[in-house]
This record gives sequence, structure tokens and C-alpha cells, in this order.
Amino acid sequence: MRRAVLSALLAHWRHNLLQLFTLLAGLALGTALWSGVQAINAEARASYDAAAATLDEGRLAQITGREGAVISQATYVALRRAGWAVSPVIEGDLGGVRLVGIEPLTAPRGVGPVSAVGDLTGFLGGVRQIFARADTLARLPAMAVRAVVSPSIAPNTAITDIGVAQGLLGRAGQIDRLLVAPVQPLNRAPLAQIAPDLVLVAPQTGSDVARLTDSFHLNLTAFGLLSFAVGLFIVHGAIGLAFEQRRAMVRTLRALGAPLRSVIWVMVGELVVLALLGGAVGVALGYGVAAALLPDVAATLRGLYGADVSGQLALRPVWWLSGMAIAVLGTGVAGAGALWSLARMPLLAAAQPQAGLVARGARGLAVTAAVLLALSGGLAVWGQGLIAGFAMLGALLIGGALAFPPMLAVVLGIGAARARGPVAQWFWADTRQQLPGLSLALMALLLAMAANVGVSTMVSSFRLTFTGFLDQRLASELYVSAVDAGQAAQIVGMADARVAAVLPVLEVERVVAGVAGGVPAQIYGARDHATYRDNWQFLQAVPQVWDVLARGGGVLVNEQLYRRAGLELGAMVGVAPGVSLPVLGIYGDYGNPVGQVILTETVFVAQFPDVVALRFGLRMDAGDVAGVRASLRDLGVAGGAMIDQAAIKAVSLAVFDRTFVVTTALNILTLAVAGFAILMSLLTLAAMRLPQLAPVWALGLTRRRLAALDLARTVMLAAGVAVLALPLGLALAWALLAVVNVEAFGWRLPMYLFPLDYLRLGGLALIAAGLAALWPAWRLARVPPAQLLGVFRHER
Amino acid sequence: MLLRLRDVKKTYGAETPVLRGVSFDMNAGEMLALTGESGSGKSTLLHLIGGLDTADAGVVAVQGTDLTGLDDAGRAGLRRGTVGVIFQQFNLIPSLNVAANIAFQARLAGRFDPMFADDLAQRLGLRDHLHKYPEHLSGGQQQRVAIARTLAPRPALVLADEPTGNLDEATADTVFALLCDLVADTGAGLVLVTHSERLAARMGRRLHLRAGLLT
Amino acid sequence: MNVKVLVLCLMPCLMLSLQAVAQGFAGLGTAAGDFSNPLRGRVLQFPADHGAHPDFRIEWWYLTANMTGPDGTPYGLQWTLFRSALAPEEGAGWASPQLWMGHAAVTTRDAHFVAERLARGGIGQAGVTAAPFNAWIDDWAMAGPDFGNLRLTAAGAEFAFDVDLRAQGPLVLHGDAGYSVKSAAGQASHYYSQPFYALSGQLTLPSGDVAVTGQAWLDREWSSQPLAQDQTGWDWFSLSFDSGDKMMGFVLRGGQDYTSATWIAADGAVSALPDGAFSAVPLARSRVAGRDVPTTWGLRLPARGVDVTVTALNTQAWMATSVPYWEGPVVVSGSHTGVGYLEMTGYDD
Repeated sequence: MRRAVLSALLAHWRHNLLQLFTLLAGLALGTALWSGVQAINAEARASYDAAAATLDEGRLAQITGREGAVISQATYVALRRAGWAVSPVIEGDLGGVRLVGIEPLTAPRGVGPVSAVGDLTGFLGGVRQIFARADTLARLPAMAVRAVVSPSIAPNTAITDIGVAQGLLGRAGQIDRLLVAPVQPLNRAPLAQIAPDLVLVAPQTGSDVARLTDSFHLNLTAFGLLSFAVGLFIVHGAIGLAFEQRRAMVRTLRALGAPLRSVIWVMVGELVVLALLGGAVGVALGYGVAAALLPDVAATLRGLYGADVSGQLALRPVWWLSGMAIAVLGTGVAGAGALWSLARMPLLAAAQPQAGLVARGARGLAVTAAVLLALSGGLAVWGQGLIAGFAMLGALLIGGALAFPPMLAVVLGIGAARARGPVAQWFWADTRQQLPGLSLALMALLLAMAANVGVSTMVSSFRLTFTGFLDQRLASELYVSAVDAGQAAQIVGMADARVAAVLPVLEVERVVAGVAGGVPAQIYGARDHATYRDNWQFLQAVPQVWDVLARGGGVLVNEQLYRRAGLELGAMVGVAPGVSLPVLGIYGDYGNPVGQVILTETVFVAQFPDVVALRFGLRMDAGDVAGVRASLRDLGVAGGAMIDQAAIKAVSLAVFDRTFVVTTALNILTLAVAGFAILMSLLTLAAMRLPQLAPVWALGLTRRRLAALDLARTVMLAAGVAVLALPLGLALAWALLAVVNVEAFGWRLPMYLFPLDYLRLGGLALIAAGLAALWPAWRLARVPPAQLLGVFRHER
Repeated sequence: MLLRLRDVKKTYGAETPVLRGVSFDMNAGEMLALTGESGSGKSTLLHLIGGLDTADAGVVAVQGTDLTGLDDAGRAGLRRGTVGVIFQQFNLIPSLNVAANIAFQARLAGRFDPMFADDLAQRLGLRDHLHKYPEHLSGGQQQRVAIARTLAPRPALVLADEPTGNLDEATADTVFALLCDLVADTGAGLVLVTHSERLAARMGRRLHLRAGLLT
Repeated sequence: MNVKVLVLCLMPCLMLSLQAVAQGFAGLGTAAGDFSNPLRGRVLQFPADHGAHPDFRIEWWYLTANMTGPDGTPYGLQWTLFRSALAPEEGAGWASPQLWMGHAAVTTRDAHFVAERLARGGIGQAGVTAAPFNAWIDDWAMAGPDFGNLRLTAAGAEFAFDVDLRAQGPLVLHGDAGYSVKSAAGQASHYYSQPFYALSGQLTLPSGDVAVTGQAWLDREWSSQPLAQDQTGWDWFSLSFDSGDKMMGFVLRGGQDYTSATWIAADGAVSALPDGAFSAVPLARSRVAGRDVPTTWGLRLPARGVDVTVTALNTQAWMATSVPYWEGPVVVSGSHTGVGYLEMTGYDD
């Protein structure tokens, strides 16, 4: 019995290969979108994690030689044997490449990307390995080491074992600095006793970039969820249509005596097989997409997909499962609804009255959408916590998508009422009637576009904020840190003659009084210089803020302190006993968890006369940087104590640019998938629409005209989608930047608008929809009259 | 001369010819029954006359215009204004209501006369149904709408392909009577394709098709 | 933005996963390759064999102690130095293929403190010399003028110990004069012990310093392939009975379990017992670090009339180190009473 049912149901596919293909392709594309985004997301995470992990090193204390002196290996061993958990690092220049030697056994846990080095035996045994990006490796001189391509390492940097590095640099037995593990054993001898000529440099407080990228991370996760939603819609659409088309056959089977239960079980089995098939293809496709977008991470991805890369195997099942999950979940959701309606279908049902269906469906959707949007609004206003933030996002998106068909129905109704000519009138009415068949595809397009608007707004806002922030905070061409006051004086003495300006960084940590009983904050003293006036931007500020600050008429505070202490412009901040100054301006300080107060240098020096500046920003022409660096090195300043601003910006922006490439590619991919959903829907509708088109044709409209109208209809619907997607996408970006980010990190990213981008995106959506409609339209223009006449001849 | 056919031939694909050389003339206002067995080619002939399909050979001329020389757009123009077709079923545009359906063809042709349309609706008993959609109408009502729609642009020639084939006998008689009356009133010619001897007998003239030839 | 933080963008550093480090130590069941293999009949030479054997793949200096505080509270202590070679040779400086790993632990009834150290050979950070004896890694050491008089130190973030060890009896050679067979297929190691140390010294715990006295047992073992391919782990017991007699017994779990035992009379007389003479059966298991680990055992050595139950002092003595295992003090009851140590490996999945 089941076999008979099965063969009857399968026979349908044999005669409708295109349908089978669209169903499988829909499943596979939905899955591919999800798993491709996941793959890229994982890669983005890995590279940000690498950045964050290297930054974590800044949270570690370090031990260095006084005035940049090298540390002998014997001193390192002596420190270890005295109980100091320290790990040696050597750095040097090798053919223009920055070579870093590390000691893997003692390096503090969590420093650096684990994936950069495969296994210990390879790293320490036999022919030693050296890790770098491919382009960096190409610049290294020929050496007796094995080169290993590792994209997660910073540009122009190579990493190898310290022993190898010492050999390559010709510095046997030398170490530049020691990383101090955060956890140290009991009974350690004091540093001064073991190595009096070494200095312990305290860890940096707060890792700004790491926090900023954490936020980015979260937003990419949100993109992953969005792609899941788009995929879900597409899978849902594909399955729903496959069921719709076989209603008549199921009715016949049942009329012939096949029990409903058998039919349903066979269809469930068929669905599972299709879901697994489509899902598997989709995961593989997703891999292909990710690998094509990011060729240099293919190796990492191979690890994710199952090759033997130590430490990453654990990800593999999650990876495959999440891909298969969307296929099976989407199929399950779609199949459940379809099976339910199939189970309740009367044996001898008349064809559903279509207009009534439109009205009823629209009402149901409208109610659901209204509930979801209200929920989203409620969460935005009253919600607390990250979960609420994400729930708000989800409700907003799904609500927005579900609201689209009813809204469109209303618009089309108005259009129909205002239409003048008979063709226009028919066009509106017919469009409205097609809505149920197209709405899933349109919702997928809507979600895809909204996601694109939202994510590109988010990414671009992020980039603008970040680069602006870098410009503001890294205005000086070179930054240099002195070991002690003596060296600081030497540096100032040398630099005064050589550079345009020396800007000391004066800093002290104090509890800032007068606000909510006192809040700990960093207090900085800023010299009155054009560097600050030109580059700093304020969230809020009084007029002529720098002039007032220079007169000692107030302080600047960062956003964190402003939010935490509830300060407003003009509020008094007690920076020292008996000294309270009004807030003149509030500046964004992205990522920094600590409150900050900036005083003008004269006030700072008066209040904290004991504080000596050990760090300096040096302003000069970009061309002078190399010469000044050399002079500083001659003064005994270690290479690590000098920071070249241009290099930092280049690295930071490179990370972003890579993200942009990926985001753009994903935007196009998402739209392409949504376009495919439209194509599928149109092809399916084409067969069902002949009875609707035939009378119009018989009454005197050419096939070509009908095809042109169909094309116009699809583009018009896509335009409608674009119009609604814009506010929805902006709401999404707002939710990501102003709600989710604040919930997750406590600060808000400013949102910028990019009208040209949106215009281009809208154009792309129209093109995608137009391309999708082109083939069905072409087919309609060529449909043989006999086929149209057949409508009048046959019973359906 | 309303209609002139000369040696019209039509074959679908590689099969045996459907029409093997049909010729006849028809005058304005004439009512003509076209009968024959299933597959004798009556519907095909009707479609050729209506500009819905093209003949392989021969002449099909409506009001002196040879349809075989027309392109798609030309034939569509003919369908809009000169010839009206009533099918057995699926005549109506499902997305438009009764009023819009009635007006559709006349407005396409640019000859919509609201008074006349209203008159047709009145006579066909559709006044109370003008805002309904086709799916809410009975078969008889749907055919009345089709008749009104076909006659609204005042076509010179009305083609009806088993217009009452789907209706029960009583309804069929009523609808058929209305059709004949209204066509007569507008002065159009009528070609009726039917199985029914009874209906054919009520036409002024009768042609019988057998295996693609008039007998 | 902290400028110093940003510079680190340019200075990536990397860290090997400890899992990767563990590979070097966990490859016990792999082929010996160019490494030396234990030979039956090789006469152990002292003090030279107290030192390292770099031509063997794996080696350890493994000390466990059962102690009591002034109020009779029982404590356990472990100090282990592992040597693992990537190649069968010693090399100078960073080129040395010898890797060292230290584990230290203190166990009380309700707490278990663990610390781990890793070091490269060749630079002096870790190593072993035979005479005067010194085994060290970082600030941890087991050192003294000779093998019978040692000072043992170690420190972690929460605990430390500093104890003296005085040998009260002779060295004990296991198996065939120190050639200890580990499987029916013939895998073997060189294995001797000093089970007669008297211990006194001080523990530093979060609750304060504690003076302790007790007895300690040092195991020395080296090999290149101590386990057969199908052996998944071992359960090892060192017991000191109140009668003064001691015994060592182990079960190597695999397709067919392999057991071995050594009976050490109070006067130091040693008898090795063959496969099957000794049996150990789990009686109760505990949930430890997400695994089920047997923490009560029934041991039988019929040849010596031993039929005892061995119970962990603290069931949670899990060594959450690069190579995780269970190691902790036990209490013996039944036909004999006493204390001892239990080590269980291969329960890490």
C-alpha cells in the first residue's frame, strides 16, 4: 500500500523535474546562505579573536630591561627558577619583516590564536616552522625553516620559536621582554632581588579595541540570524508550493482508498529525504561560497569541515548540524503546516474561492504582524538585557515581513480603485490576487533587503565611528613611552628640536568626587594644541570648548563617565580636594570601560605636581618618522616602546576592509537568493495562472503585452518591497546599534545614514526581481495559443 | 460580407489535419449553427474566425480583413473590437467583479457605453450582482456576465462555443434565449458551435463539419 | 584609547593549545621508532640511573605521600616531574628536543589543589642530575646530597609545600630486577621505587600553614612505548599497610587486562607477582569533572592473603592538567589496614 502511494507521489516529480529542482534548489540555497554566513562569521570571529587575543597581551604585565636593554637568557631562567611565571619574547627585523620569537610552553594561556600553530611536534621538533601570511612569507629570505601560511597573523609579521628567531636574528641567548602570566605562584622572590636591572611594566587597563570588536562580533551574529530567517522563508516557500501542487493527486489517492495516514507518513518520509539532500548540498554550497569569498581562509574552513586541525575538531558537528538544522527546521515548519491542511482537506473539496482566501489570509497576517510589532516596540521601551534586545530584533523583523502582504493588499486596493483604464484596473486586481502566491518570496526579499540595509548601515557606521575615533586618538605621528623620568627628559630634549610638537600624556587615577558619591576615573592633562582642536569630536559640548578648557574653565568627560554618573554639561566634577570644575564637553570613548576626565595641562600640573609624563605623542611630517625613530633608538628606547600611528591605522583599516568585501558579497548573495525565490514562485504561478490570463488574452490583449505587464508587476512589487525595506532596515540598524549594543556593552554607537548605498541596494533589488521575472515573462510571451485555448476546453 | 472563409486548413503538430479546406460566407446579422462530432474541428474553426489562432492555409476574412495577414497585435485588435467570443466555461476574469468584467472588453475597445452596459445587465438580470466576483456566481449567472461582456462593445460578430454546455437544461434554455435575443437586437452576426440539435435548429442557417470538411 | 594597547595589534603572539602540548606526553601508545627500548637483564646502575635517560621517549620521577597534621587530619601530596622527548637525543639550548612537565598537588578531605609547569630542556629551566641528586622545573625541586636525603618543594597559586624526605629502607626493583612488563605483547619499562621515605615538613594552604609528618613513595620509570596499542589506561595502587608491609599493584586496561604486583615486606624483601596474581575491581564510582571514575576498589592478592577495600580520601582528586587523570590518597580497610595512593588514567573521555 505504502509502496503504491509512494510510487504515485514520486511519479509527480518524474513528470515535474523543474519543480523537483526548484524545491531542492530552494532548500539548498536557504541552507547555503545560512551556512555560508556562518562560515564567514566564524572566520571574521577568528580574525577578531586573534586581534583581541593579541590585545589581551596588553592586559598582561611585562618585564623589560631598563632603557631598552636586552635580557639575557640566563636571567630568564633565573626568574623562572625563582617562581616567576614569565615567557620570553624576542623581536627583530628580518629582511624588512618583523620577526617575533615566542616560547610556546610558557606563553600565558589565551595569548594569541591557537589555530596559528598546528601541533607542538611540528613547532618544536624536526625542521622548525615559521608562521606568517602568504605575502609576508614571500618576502622572507630563504632559510632552513618550514613556512606555514597563517592568515590570522598581522601583516608583515612572522612568528616562530624563540630559539629559531634568536638564530635568524643572530642574537643567541638574548630576549627582548618577558610576558608575565596573570596568575603567579606563591612564595615568589621579589624581582629586585633576582634581576635588579629589569623593570616590571604594569598591565594596561581596559582593552578598547577588543571591546569594540566584541560589539562587531555580536552584530555579525545578528546577521547570521537574519540570513537564517531569509533561508527559512525560502525553504518554507519551496515546501509549501510542492504540497500545493499535489493536492489534487492526494485527493485522488484518497478517493482510490489510500488511508490518509499512509499518505501523510510517506510524505513525511519524502520530506525528510529531500531536506537532508537539499541540506547537504546547501552546506557544501555554503562552504564553496565562503571559500570563494575568502580564499585565504579556505584552510581554516577545511579544518571546520573535518580535516585534522588540532583544537578545531569540536566545531565540526555543530557546523554541519546547524546547516542541516535549517533545512530540516524549515522543512519541518513548512511541512507541518502543509500536512495539517492536507489532513483536514475534505475528500471532495471544491476549489478554494480565491478572493476570499486573499482577504482572510491578509487579515490573519495583519493581526500577527501587529502583535509582533507591538511586542517589538514594547521590548524596545521596557525590555532589559541582551535577550530582550534580540527578541525585539526578531519581533521587529518578522513583524515587518508579515505586515508587508496586508499593507501591499491595501495599496493594491487603492491602486485598483483609482485605476482608469480597463487594463490598469485588471492589472491591479490581478496583482492583488497573486499576492498569496508571491508573498512568501516577497517577504524573503523584504527580509534580505532589510538585512542588507541594516547590516550595511551598521558596518559603515561602525567604520566611520572607528576611523574617526582613530583619527581623534591617534593624531600624533609617533608615540613613544619612556621607562623612567630620566629617559623621558632625554626624549623631550631630543624631540623638541626635531619635531613640530611634543604632547605629553599626563595621567593619574583618582576617584572623581561630587558625582554620585564618587566614581573612579582616569584623569588626563592635555596640552592646549591644535592637534586636539582639529581632531576631537564631541557628543555634546559648550561653544568654544577648547578655549574655555585652556583657560582652566572646566573639564571634558567621556561618554562612560557621563552615563555612569549622570553628568550633564555644566555639572560640577570634583577632580581634586577643593577643586570642582564644570563639564564642558562629552566625547565618545568607544570600548573603554573606565571613566575619563580631561583637564588642561596647566590645571593638571597644578593639581598633580608629582605626576611625570612618561608617554608622549610626537607631531611631525610623516616623512620624518623613520629618522626620529632611529634617534630614539639611539637614546635606548626599545622598538616596542615606539608606535607608528600610520601602521596602526593601516592594520585596523585592513581588518575592516576585509569585512567590507565580505559584507558586500553577502549582500549580493542574499539578494540573489531572494531573487531565486521570486523566480521559483513565478514559475510555479505561471502554470496556475493560465486560466486567469486566457480570458484576458481572448478579449484582446497580446501575449507580449501580458508578459510585459507581468514583468512590470514583479518590478513594481520589488519596488514596494524596497520602499518598506528601507525603514525596516534602518530600524534594524538602530536596534543593533542603539539597543543591542547598549545592552551588551553599555555604550551606543552613533548611526550614520548612507542614502546612496540604499539607492544602489534598491536598484540591485529591482534588478534581481526583474531578472527573476524575465524568464517566466519570456515563456508567457511565447506560450502557444493552443495552450491558452486549452483552458477553455478542459476541466481543471 | 461579414465573414468569408476560403479553403481554410489547420493541422496541429504532425497529427492528421483538423481542418482540411473549409469555405463559406456569412452576411451581417446572420445566425449560423456549426455542428459536428467531437473532434470534427468546429472549435478550431471558431478559434480561427475569432483570431485566437492562425490558419495554416486559406483565407479567413472578417469584414473584408484577412486575418491570416495579421500579426499578434492585429489579431488582438480584432478580438477587442470586432469579434466577441463566449466559451463554454472560464470565460470571466476572476480578479474583476461583475461590473468590471462586463465593461472590460468594451473599454479595451474604447467603446464603453455605460447606458448600454447597464441596459445589458438589466436585461440579463445581473443588476444585483454587479459587485460580486465570478467565483460567487452560479454557472448560469457567469454565462450571462460573459454574454453581457461580449455584447457591450457592440461587436459585428459573436462567436459562441457551446455557451450552455455546462448548464442544466432549464438554465441553458433561458440563457440561450437571452443570447439570441440580445444578438438579434444588436444586429451582430452569431456563429454558434453546439452539439445540440435543438439549439442548432433555432439558428437561421446550419453548417455541419465532419472530419475537417463541411458537409 | 590606550596607545600601548594598540601597538599590540602589530605584535601578534601565539600560544599553543595545552592540548597540543599534551600530545608530546600522551603519545605513550605509539611506536618507539629510534628511541631506545628497555632491555631485560640490564642491571640498573645507581646513582646514574636516578638521572635522566634522554634516549627514551618518556620518563618520570613520581612522588606521592600520605601525611597527617598535628591534629591527625590526613593529607595527600604529589610531586611529579615528567620528561618527554620529541627525538632520542639531548641538544644544546632551545634546540633540545626534551620537554618537561611538572605536576604538584595537595589533597585534603574536601579540597584538591593542582599546579602544572611546562618547560623546554636545554636552557636550564628544568632537568635532572643524578649526583648530587637534583630534579627541578622552575622553582620546584626535589634535591639533596643523595637519593636518600631530599628536600621537596613546589608552589601553585593557592598552595605550596616544603618537606624533607629521609629514606628508611632500600630501593625496590619491580618486575625482573627493574624490568617491568606492561602487556602480554611484551611492552615494558624500567621501574624502581623508593617506598620507604619518612616525611616531615610544611604545607601552605589557603587556610594557613600546616606542619605535617608521614610517609612518601617515589616511583622511577622510563620507557619508550610502555603501553600496547589496545591498552586504554591504567589503575595503579601503592599501599603501605600498618604492619609495615607495602605493595604496589597495577591493572593495565585493554582488550585483555594485564596486572602486575610487587610485595615489599617490612624488611625490604621484594617479590614480584605475575600477571593475574593481583586483581582490582571497582566497587563504587563517583562523578568527577564530568566523568564517572571508580573511587572505591576491591583489591585481592591471594598469594599474600590480601583482600582489602581501598577508598579515596577525596573522590574529587582530579588532575585537570594538560594530560588529565585522577591521583589521590586512599584509605585501606579489610584484611589489611593502612594508607596509600591511587592513580587512574584513561578516564579523560
